[in-house]
This record gives sequence, C-alpha cells and structure tokens, in this order.
Amino acid sequence: MKKAKVEAKTKEIVKKHGRDKTSLIAILQDIQEEYNYLPKEALCAVGEQLEIPISRVYEVATFYNSFSLIPRGRYLVEVCAGTACHVQGAFNLMDRLQRDLEIKRGETTPDNMFTLEEVRCLGCCSLAPVVRIDGNIHPYLTQDGIPKILRNYKTGVTK
Amino acid sequence: MVNFIIDGKKIKAEKGTMVLEAARSNGIDIPTLCAHESVSRSGACRLCVVEAKKGKRAKIVTSCLYPVEEGIIIETNNERVMNVRRLVLQLLLARCPESDVIQDLAKQLGVDPQPRFTPDGDKGKCILCRSCIRVCEEVVGVSAIGFSCRGADKAIGTPFSEDSAVCIGCGACAFICPTGHIEMETTEETRKIWGRTFKMKSCAVCGRYFAPEDQLKYISKKTGVPMKELAVCTNCR
Repeated sequence: MKKAKVEAKTKEIVKKHGRDKTSLIAILQDIQEEYNYLPKEALCAVGEQLEIPISRVYEVATFYNSFSLIPRGRYLVEVCAGTACHVQGAFNLMDRLQRDLEIKRGETTPDNMFTLEEVRCLGCCSLAPVVRIDGNIHPYLTQDGIPKILRNYKTGVTK
Repeated sequence: MVNFIIDGKKIKAEKGTMVLEAARSNGIDIPTLCAHESVSRSGACRLCVVEAKKGKRAKIVTSCLYPVEEGIIIETNNERVMNVRRLVLQLLLARCPESDVIQDLAKQLGVDPQPRFTPDGDKGKCILCRSCIRVCEEVVGVSAIGFSCRGADKAIGTPFSEDSAVCIGCGACAFICPTGHIEMETTEETRKIWGRTFKMKSCAVCGRYFAPEDQLKYISKKTGVPMKELAVCTNCR
C-alpha cells in the first residue's frame, strides 16, 4: 500500500468529519471501513491532521476490540459467543470454521479472503447460533451449513 | 477558608485544596504512589484512600482527588480505611511482586502476598498509574508514550512499540515512575530509554556530559534560546 495514497485518503476522511479531536473514533471507523484495518501510516496521518500525539491515537486504536491494527481479509467472519449462541453450540461453529478455513481465531486466510473472529453478543439472540460474515447475519447456523456459505462468499454469489 | 477535621485534629485549609495536601501540611501521613506535585492527579494507585464523614454518611474516597469541605470529618487510618488500603496493596503486590517500593509498603502495613491473587510475571513493576504519560504530556509536552490495549493486556510504551520519533530522551518518565518500572541506562556519552539510544552533549566549558542532544534541541526550539547558550551545563552557566 502506498504511503502517499493512504495519507491522501486519510486527509479526505478527516476533512469529512472536521478537524476536531472529538471525532477521532468516527474517523478511525471510516478508515477501517476503507482498508478493513487501521494502517500505521493512516494513524500517523490522523494524529498530524487532528494535532493530537500519535501515542494518543494509538491508545484509542488499541483500546477498542473492533479496531484492528493487523490487515484483515476481505470478509470478516464473526462468530457470536454470547450466552444464547453459546448454549446453542456456537463453539462448534467456531471449531468447524477453524477447520474449514485452516486458521485459528483472530487469523486471516493466506488468500486474504476471510478473517475469523469471536465476538460477544451481536444483538440477535433469538436467531442463535449466529455468525456474521461481511455484515450479513447467518441465523440458526449449523456446522453442515458452513461449507456452502463459505463457497458462496468465495465465488462471490452473495456479493 | 474551610474548617474540617482530620484524625481528630481541627484543620483550616484554602478552598479547593485536596485532603491529601491538607493532611500532609499538618503532619499527617497518607501513603501514595501516583500523587506527584508536578503533574495532575489521576487517583490511580488508590493507596491514599481515607474515610470522609459528612453528616451521617461516611464514605471511602481517594484523598488525592477529594477537595476539602466545610465540616467534614476525615479519618486516615481507622479499621475500614486500613482494610481497603490493605486490599489495594495485596492487589498491587500480586501485580508487581518484584517491585521493592511496593514490597516496602506492604511490610509497613503488614501485608503478605495472598494465595488467592496469583502473582503476575509479565507486568514488570508498572502499576499503570499514568504518571509517566502525564509528565510527558503536561511537563515535557511531547507525548511520546502512552498505553496500549486494555484490561489485562494494558501496558505502557511507545506507539507500535517502536522507537519514538518525538521522544527527546529527557528521562522525566523514568524519574517520576513511583516503582522504577521504566528503565533508563545512562553511560557517559549515551542514554538509552524506550529502546532508543540518545547521544549526550558534553558541556562546552567543563566537558561533562549533561543532557541528550535531542532534549537541548527541543528546549531551544520551544524557548527560542540559541543552542550555543544551552551547550553549557547548569553548573558552568
């Protein structure tokens, strides 16, 4: 990724929110939306733009679990581990996903397609167990349903 | 002026004074780790807890952040306060078992390591009091260090754990650290802090190495005093 390009994009995002340090989180969210993670160059550029020390930006970026400082894949696979999903066997879904994607939780597949993560409640406990992929909720998911869903994302059917 | 009582002693203090200062200036000792006169207060170490009684209610407060009030009754070492303070110290001891400062405090208060709190091995001597961050921001003005992550992973350091470009090697963070967590290695010509090695400047008169070059450059930039004047150490000026 080109440094100048990232900086230009960051500048654009900062401009949209106004150069106010209270909009730091909103800016970081937009940067994450753009790149799927927070590139180091972008964090440095945000600090410069908003005139806040990089150490403060880094504090905020590492504090929230939803921000990632390491590159993520194209699709973020979030397995709900909330109470309702857990009792409905979400851990089995996690096992299956780890096996099928051949990665551990928190990792990204070598082809940069999927990043597997465990999240707390997604707010739709009545649909348990739930997996969210690229923002789409997959309700009442069973292990057997996983290969088909992954295939669909790989071939771009769901996009 | 506000009138109140600390440990049965009638005390007068300016409005806005914190209980900790009022107690100290009257010879009453309250143990603290994170309260330092040159930076703002954070109330992070929780060792300075006291009991503040207002009317019928008595509550445990951190004296370093509690402003004095008319008619309050403060107790700094009754049973309730000591119970809280001992618990705080037990937790601090479990976090930093190697810190001699905390060990000394524990000995003074008769606190032993508790089997129910498993000692941490990876936290060093840091109690996360934020003193170093505050001194770097408020006094030095460069904000080279900060926390990362949160909860059990929270740690002090430079952004991305890399050499900081803005650090001037002044060593204020190492100086203010109450437990000696921040390591600074100083030899004659170099000073190593936060993984970066700074070249020291020798005094133009006596030849003694007295400050990092980056720090002098920073002072010169901030105050407008030319580098030539700063090249002489404080003893020779």
